[in-house]
Amino acid sequence: MATVDYETHEHDVLVIGAGGAGLRAAIEAAAQGVSVGLVCKSLLGKAHTVMAEGGIAAAMGNVWPEDNWQVHFRDTMRGGKMLNNWRMAQLHAQESPERVLELERYGALFDRTKDGLISQRDFGGHRYARLAHVGDRTGLEMIRTLQYHAIHQAIEVYMECKIERLLKDGDRVCGAFGYWRNTGKFVLFKAKAIVLATGGIGKAWKYTSNSWEYSGDGHSLALWAGAELIDMEFVQFHPTGMVWPPSVRGILVTEGVRGDGGTLKNTAGERFMFNYIPEFFKSETADSQEEADRWYQDKKNNRRTPDLLPRDEVARAINSEVKAGRGTVHGGVFLDICTRRDADYIRKRLPSMYHQFKELAGVDITKEPMEVGPTMHYVMGGVRVDADSTAATVPGLFAAGEVAGGLHGSNRLGGNSLGDLLVFGRRAGLHAALYCKNLGGRLTVDAGQVESIAKTLLEPFTRSGGENPYTIQADLQDTMHNLVGIIRVEAELKEALQKLEVLKQRAARVHVPGGRVYNPGWHVALDLASLLTVSQCCALAALERKESRGGHTREDHPYTDDTWGTVNLVSRRHEDRIELRREPLPQMPPELKALFQERK
Amino acid sequence: MATNFTMQVFRGDAGGGDFKEYTVEGGEGMVVLDVVHRIQATHAPDLACRWNCKAGKCGSCSAEINGKPRLMCMTRMDIFEPGEVVTVAPMRTFPIIRDLVTDVSYNYEKAKQVPPLRLKPADPDGRYRMMQEDVERGQEFHKCIECFLCQNVCHVIRDHDWKKRFSGPRFFIKIAGLEMHPLDTRDRTEFVREHAGVGLCNITKCCTEVCPEHIHITDNGIIPMKERMADNLDPVVWLLRKLRGRKKAAP
Repeated sequence: MATVDYETHEHDVLVIGAGGAGLRAAIEAAAQGVSVGLVCKSLLGKAHTVMAEGGIAAAMGNVWPEDNWQVHFRDTMRGGKMLNNWRMAQLHAQESPERVLELERYGALFDRTKDGLISQRDFGGHRYARLAHVGDRTGLEMIRTLQYHAIHQAIEVYMECKIERLLKDGDRVCGAFGYWRNTGKFVLFKAKAIVLATGGIGKAWKYTSNSWEYSGDGHSLALWAGAELIDMEFVQFHPTGMVWPPSVRGILVTEGVRGDGGTLKNTAGERFMFNYIPEFFKSETADSQEEADRWYQDKKNNRRTPDLLPRDEVARAINSEVKAGRGTVHGGVFLDICTRRDADYIRKRLPSMYHQFKELAGVDITKEPMEVGPTMHYVMGGVRVDADSTAATVPGLFAAGEVAGGLHGSNRLGGNSLGDLLVFGRRAGLHAALYCKNLGGRLTVDAGQVESIAKTLLEPFTRSGGENPYTIQADLQDTMHNLVGIIRVEAELKEALQKLEVLKQRAARVHVPGGRVYNPGWHVALDLASLLTVSQCCALAALERKESRGGHTREDHPYTDDTWGTVNLVSRRHEDRIELRREPLPQMPPELKALFQERK
Repeated sequence: MATNFTMQVFRGDAGGGDFKEYTVEGGEGMVVLDVVHRIQATHAPDLACRWNCKAGKCGSCSAEINGKPRLMCMTRMDIFEPGEVVTVAPMRTFPIIRDLVTDVSYNYEKAKQVPPLRLKPADPDGRYRMMQEDVERGQEFHKCIECFLCQNVCHVIRDHDWKKRFSGPRFFIKIAGLEMHPLDTRDRTEFVREHAGVGLCNITKCCTEVCPEHIHITDNGIIPMKERMADNLDPVVWLLRKLRGRKKAAP
C-alpha cells in the first residue's frame, strides 16, 4: 500500500474546539508565550456558544449587593443535587465575576444597571438576579468578543478541520489527526498538550437544541485515548424548547423568558408548577400564585416562583402534564409572558425570541403564549478532570467547558455554562501551557499509527452495498430519544444497549458516495463512531445508577437515594469495552459544608 | 396534507456545475434548510452545505434562494407558491468550494485588519461604567451574525475586483461599533479611509436590505462614518468629538 498523504503542523498547545472555552483557552495559552493552534469544525465564530441566550452567572452583586461567591456556590451545588465536584463549583463561583469583567475589557457590551454597571437577570435556581447578559443573545456577544480578541493574539486558527483521533507517545498525548472538511485531505497536528473544548453530545437525541457539531467528539477522543469520563448518565433536558412546527422542534426558548416574567400553564390555564415543588426546594419557593406574583416586584419579602425551579424539575413537570393529557395538541405546554409584560418590554428584553417565534412559528409572543416542551440541551457528564488544572487522567490532555464533567453535578443551572467556559477555559489554557514548559524530552508520533487511522477513515468510500449514514444517525437518535430520554426504566435501557450494538455493526458497514471534497455524507459517517460511543456511555451509566437525581430520572427507582449521593460513576475503555466504576465524591472542607447548614 | 417540494440546487465546484432538481416530501413549517437536509438524507448524501444552529443565530447557511440572498434556515417554504420550483445557489461573490459552500476567507482576512479596541482607563474603583443608552448604539452592530450576505450583495465586492482596498459592509459596522464603543480611545481615521475604503461605498443600501438581523448598516453605520471622515479632515473637530463622546459616556 502506498503511504497516506497528510500535512503536518506543530504546536505546544493544540486547542480542539473554538467556542467560548476553546477561545478562552487559546487566549490564555498564547499569553503564556507558547505556540498555540486552535482547531474548529466550523468557521470561526459559529460554534455552539453563539446560541447561548440567557447570560453568564457571576456573583458580581451589581443588582443584589447581598450576592457573593458563597451564595452562588451553594446554588450551584444544590442545583446539581450535591453531586458536583465541590472544588470546581467553588472556583467557578469565585472566578466568574472577574471573567465577566475581563470580557467587558475585551469589548463586550453588556446591558447596564441604572448606575452604569453590568446588569444581572433572574434565572432558575439562582437565589439572586445574577446573570450578566446582552438581551437574549449573550452567547453571540461572548463568542464574537473572544473571537475578535483572539485574532489579534499569536494563535494559529485552523477552520473547518475535524479531529478524529488523539495520538500518544507511551502514556502521553503527542498529537491529533484529522481531516479538512473543505478538501477531505488529512492533517496531523503534533502537540505537547491538547485542550479539548468540543462541547456536548446532543446530536445523539432526536429533539435537541444542539447543532450538528455536538457529536460527542471530545468525549470520545478522550475515552479512546484512555482517559476517564464521569457522570455520563446526567443529561439535561431543557424544559422549554419549541415544539411546533415539527421542523423547528427542539430549538431553544431561553429561560430568560421565565426570568423576565413568563409563566408555564397547561391547557386548562392552570399554573401547574405549583403542583411540582419538591421538598428539597420548598423553603425557598412560593407556594401560592399570589406570593409568586408579588415576588416579581418584591423579592425581599416573597419566595421565588416555581416557574424558576432548576431545569430538571421543570422539564419533568412539563413531561408529566403532557402525559396526563393536559398538554397542547402538539405535545407541549404554554409559556406565557404577554399577560405580565407589555410588547415593548418583551421586544427589548427578548428580541431574538420574538424574532424566532415570529419567523419560524408565525407566533407573536407579545400577544400569544408560546408552545414549549423539553429538548435535549446539555450533558453534565464529561471528561474527568482535576478541578484546578483541568487535567484529564491522561498526561498532556486537558478539558474545559461542556466536554468536561464535574462542575454541574447531576444538573446544571442556567447561566452556569457560560461562566464554566470562561473560568475553566482560562485554566485549561494556562495549565496546558505550564505543562508544556515543564515537559522534558521529545515526543514522537508513530507514523504507522497515523497511517492506520487514515485507512479507517477512508473505509466508508471503499465499501459497497453498505447503508446510508443519515439513516443510521436517524435510527440512533430515535433509539436515544425513546429509550434513554427524560424518564428511564431498566428494561428500556437494556433494550437501548442492545440496539446500540446493532447500530454499531451497521455503522461498521456504512457507505458514502462522492469524493472527499466537502462531503457531508462522509462527515456524518465518521461522526457515527463518537455518537455511538457517548450514547453507550450514557445508557450504561443510566442503567447502573438506580435512583433519580437531577438529569437522571428512573421510573423504576423514582427516589433520590443517599447512598448514591456519595458516588460518581466513572467510565473508562478497557480493550473494546466500556467499564464503569463507582468513585467516592471528593470531600468538601468543613467551612464550605457549613454553607449548607445555615437556614436561609 | 404533506405536499412535495421540488427544488433546484446548484451542484458543482470551481470547475463548473449545474442545477439539479430534487423532489422530497414536504411538511408543515419547513424551511429551505430542512429541504436541503432531506435531499441529503434521501437523494444526495454528498450535497455540500454549511449550517450550524438552524435558528438564525450563527449565520452559516447563507445562500441565494430564487436569486435572493437569504439564510436557508430562516426561509420558510410556505412563502413560495404551492408547487413553485425553488432554486438554491451558493453566494455568487465568493469562490465556490463545492455545491452551496463557498470560500469566505476574504472576510476573515478583513476582520484581522480592523484595529481592535484600545481601552480607556478604568474608574478609580477599577470598574467601567457605561449608560444603557450609550451601549445600545454599539449593541445594534454587535447583533451581526457574520452571515456575510451583506458582503455578498455589495457591488463593490460582487462586481468589481476591489477586495484589496475594501473591507465591506460587515466590517464597516464592526468599525462603527468600535468607534461608538464608550470605552474605546483609538483613532481609526486613516485606516477607514486608506484601508477599509469606505469612500468606495455609494450608499445603494443593498447590504441593509439583505441583513437578516435588520441592522441599519447604511444609515447607522456607513453614513455616520462617511460624515466623520469628512469631519476628521479637521483634527480639531476630531478631538472635540472624541472628548464630547467621552464626557457623555462617563457622567
